[in-house]
Amino acid sequence: MAKIKIDGKEIEVPGHYTLLQAAEEAGVEIPRFCFHERLSISGNCRMCLVEVKGGPPKPVTSCAMEVFDLRLGSNGEIPEIFTNSPMVKKSREGVMEFLLINHPLDCPICDQGGECDLQDQAITYGRRRSRYIENKRVVKDKYIGPLIKTVMTRCIHCTRCVRFSTEIAGVSEVGLVGRGEDAEITTFLEHAITSELQGNLIDLCPVGALTARPYAFHARPWELNKTESIDVMDALGSAIRIDTRGREVMRIIPRINESVNEEWISDKTRFIWDGLRTQRLDRPYLRNQEGRLTAISWEQAFASIKSAISKAKKKRIGAIAGDLATVEEMYALKLLLKSLGSENIDCRQDGVSLDPLLGRSSYIFNPTIAGIEESDAFLIVGSNPRFEAAVLNARILKRQNMGTYPIGVIGERSELPYAYDYLGAGTEALSNLAVGQGAFFNGLKKAEKPLIMVGQGALVGKDGIKILQLAAKLTNYVGGVSDKWNGFAVLHTAASRVGGLDIGFVSKSGITAADIVRDSSVLFLLGADEINLSTKKGFVIYIGSHGDKGAHAADVVLPASAYTEKTGFYVNTEGRVQMTNRAGFAPGEAKEDWAILRALSDVLGHRLPFDSLHALRLNLVKDYPHFGAINEIMPGKIDDIIALSRKIGTVDNYPFMSSIKDFYLTNPIARASAVMAECSTLAHSRSTQIKEE
Amino acid sequence: MSIRRLAEEIVQPSTFSFNADNLTWAKKAILKYPVGREQSAIVPLLMRVQEQEGWVTRASIEYVADMLSMPYIRALEIAVFYTQFQLKPVGTKAHIQICGTTPCMLRGAEELKAICRKRIHCYPFERNAECTLSWEEVECLGGCVNAPMIMIFKDTYEDLTPERLEDIIDAFASGRRESIPVGPQNGRHSSEPLTDLALLKGNILSVSEKKQS
Repeated sequence: MAKIKIDGKEIEVPGHYTLLQAAEEAGVEIPRFCFHERLSISGNCRMCLVEVKGGPPKPVTSCAMEVFDLRLGSNGEIPEIFTNSPMVKKSREGVMEFLLINHPLDCPICDQGGECDLQDQAITYGRRRSRYIENKRVVKDKYIGPLIKTVMTRCIHCTRCVRFSTEIAGVSEVGLVGRGEDAEITTFLEHAITSELQGNLIDLCPVGALTARPYAFHARPWELNKTESIDVMDALGSAIRIDTRGREVMRIIPRINESVNEEWISDKTRFIWDGLRTQRLDRPYLRNQEGRLTAISWEQAFASIKSAISKAKKKRIGAIAGDLATVEEMYALKLLLKSLGSENIDCRQDGVSLDPLLGRSSYIFNPTIAGIEESDAFLIVGSNPRFEAAVLNARILKRQNMGTYPIGVIGERSELPYAYDYLGAGTEALSNLAVGQGAFFNGLKKAEKPLIMVGQGALVGKDGIKILQLAAKLTNYVGGVSDKWNGFAVLHTAASRVGGLDIGFVSKSGITAADIVRDSSVLFLLGADEINLSTKKGFVIYIGSHGDKGAHAADVVLPASAYTEKTGFYVNTEGRVQMTNRAGFAPGEAKEDWAILRALSDVLGHRLPFDSLHALRLNLVKDYPHFGAINEIMPGKIDDIIALSRKIGTVDNYPFMSSIKDFYLTNPIARASAVMAECSTLAHSRSTQIKEE
Repeated sequence: MSIRRLAEEIVQPSTFSFNADNLTWAKKAILKYPVGREQSAIVPLLMRVQEQEGWVTRASIEYVADMLSMPYIRALEIAVFYTQFQLKPVGTKAHIQICGTTPCMLRGAEELKAICRKRIHCYPFERNAECTLSWEEVECLGGCVNAPMIMIFKDTYEDLTPERLEDIIDAFASGRRESIPVGPQNGRHSSEPLTDLALLKGNILSVSEKKQS
C-alpha cells in the first residue's frame, strides 16, 4: 500500500494502482478516452493529464503512471497530485482542442450522440469554441463486417478497438495503419471481423466511429426505456439491458456482471432484437381439415385441446420444454402434466445424458465462470466454447493471457483464440487420459485447480452417460474434486436447461425426448424447436413466440411471449438463478406462457394452484428453495462427482461433435433475425473458403 | 508525408515467395531474434522483399506474416508505417531518393528535383513512360557535408550538380550504372575540402610552440 494525496485528500491505495485508479478511489473523476479497465494501457489520448507536485514540470498521463512511480518530497512528504489545478485545466482544454480539430461536427446525425464520451467531455473539459479554421481531414469509411458501421472521420485513434480485438476477442484483425495525421483504423484489406464478440467494439468506441449497423438511425438513447434483464441466447445468462421504444426492442447492450460476462456480450445476444419483430405468433391457430393453420380464438383453441386430451390415454400425454423456457412455465407445465396423470416430460431436446438424480453438481459448471481465472489447467471435452459460450471463451483467453495455462481439447479441431493441445477426436482420447496416459495428463495432474469442461456434444447419444462418468473419473483422478475446488464443469448451450433439470423436468423412467415425441398422442411443445418432430404421431400443441419448426408441426399454436416480454427465472450453466424483466408486451393476443398454462388447466378441469406469477413463484420456492436466492449459486455436492466417477463402463470409440452447427442460428428468435442470417451466410462462406484453400 | 496505402489490386502480383538465396538468408535472420520474439524480424524481411521485388506487394506482406506467424494486419501496420518500404511499383532500373532536408536544399536539391520532374515524372513515386525510373524526396540521408546528394538502391551519389544528375540518370536508364562511381561526384574522396586547406595551414605544432615561447 502507498499513500498519496489527491487534490489535498490523503488516501492509501495499492502501489501498483495507476494515478487514475487512485484518483477514482479518492472520488475524483479524471476524463479519459483510451484508458479502459479491462484493456492494456496505451496512454495515447492524453486526456487524463494531471499535475504532480514536485514532479516533472509538465502534466503526466495519470493512466500510465503508477503510484509507486512517484517519489516522496525532500522532507519525506507523501506524493501529491492535482486534478483541478490551472495547469491541468489548461492541458485538458488543449488536448480537447487538438482532438476536436479533425473531429467532424456531425453530432446531430451521429448515432453516438447523447451517449458520446467525446461530446460529454468536450462540454465538461473543453474550450467553448474552436480556433481552427483550416480544412479538416476526411477518412474513408471502412467495411469491417455486417454488424459494425464505421464513420472513420470521427475516429480519435484511442486504439481501444485494436486492443479489445487482440486481447479480449483474441482475433488480431483490427489495426492502426499509417501514422501521424494519416493514421486509420482498419482490418486487413477491409475483411469482416471474424469474432463472435465484435459487437463490443461499439460499446468500447468512445466516439461515433464504430456504431451498430442494424441500429443505425433508429433511435436516440434518451428516448429509450431501459430494462435490466438476462440474456437467453446461450446458457451463460449474460447481464443485458434491453432498450425499448414503445413496444419495440430497439437494442440490447451489456450490463456489468463480474461473475458472468464482465462487460461483454456475444453478437447473437446483442443483435438478436430484429428477430423479436418477425415470424411472431400473435394469435392462436388451429390446423383445419385441409391441414392448414387457421386463426381461431383462445376459447376454441382450448376446447380443441380439451377434446384431444379427453381422447388420449394418460400415459400417452407428453411435454417437451424448449431451450428458451423460463423455470416458472416449465414448473407450471410439469404440474399440469402431473395433474393429467403423465410423467412424460423432458427438457433435454438434444437427448443429452444429464439427470437430476445424479445430483446437481453432475450437471452444472461447478468451478463457476469467474473460477476459470483461478484454475491452472483446462480440458475441453466435446465442446467448442467459441460458439457455445463466446463470452466464456473470452474468459479462457483472459486466463491464458495471465500466465502459463495448459489447455487441452478433445473433440472437433477448431479455430480457438488461444493456444491449445489437441488430444484427439473423441472417446478414445478421453479414455486414455482417464487412465493417466499422455503428456497432457501430467499437466492436469500437476495443476492444483484443474478444470474439466464437458460440452453437450460429448453427452448426446447412448454413451453420453459413460462420457459423463469418464470425465468425472478423470476430474477425480487428477485431484480436481475436493472441498476447496470442484473442477468438474458442464457447459450448457440452452438457457432453460439447468432450470429444467433443477425442477426435475425429466421423465423418471429413462425415456428420452425423442421417445416422447414418437409415442405421445397429445404432445405439448413449450417453445421446443430444436427437436426432430418428423416422428410425431399425435396431436401437437405448440406454445411459443415464433413460427418456427415447432409451430409448423403443431395442430394448435398458442402464442406466447419471448424472453424480453416476460419476467422469469433462468438458471445459467453455473447453476446461478437469475431473473429476466419484462421490457415490453408480446404482440397481438399473445400471453405469458405461465398464464396460458394456468388458463388451459382451468379448461381441462385441473386448475393449477396459483392465480398470479407471484403465487406460482411462492409454490416454486416452496418446492425448490434455491430459487429464493436470485443471483446466487446453490453449490453441488462433491460426493455426487465422486459417486459418478466410480461407475465406469466400456465405451465405443466415436468422435465428439460440437452441439452447435451454426452459431448465429441456434434458436427460433435467431432464425427469424435478418441480421443473424446475414452473419451466418458470411461465416458460412468464410468457412467454405478456408476449406477450399 | 503522403498517405501510405497498399497499391491498387490491379498492379498487385497474386503471389510472392523468396528466391532460394533470400529464403536461406531469411531463415538465418529469424534465428537472430529470441524465441517467441521472431516477429521482430519483420523489418529486415520486408526490406529483403523490397530488394528482391523492388517494392513491397500485398502478397509479400502476407508471405512474410505467415513466415513469422503473425496476423496480417500487424505486418501491414509495419509496412505502411516505415516510409522506406515502397508500397507501389517503382522504377525497375533506378528509384532515385533525393535528400530534401535543409543542407541539401540550400546546396541545390530543388534543382535536382526539377531535373527529376523533367526527366522522369512530374510527381514523385510515379514511373516514367518505360517504367524504368522513378523518384521521391526523402529526409536527411546523413551526408550533409557532401550536399546535395541522392541515393539509388544502397548507393549514395554526393556533391551533385544538375548536370551530373542527368548523367547519372542517363547511365542508369541505359544500364551503365557501373560507369558512375559511388560517393562524391566532384572529385572529392570523402568529405575533405575540395580545394586546398583554408584553415590550419602549415605546421600546427610549430605554431603553438611559437606562441608558448
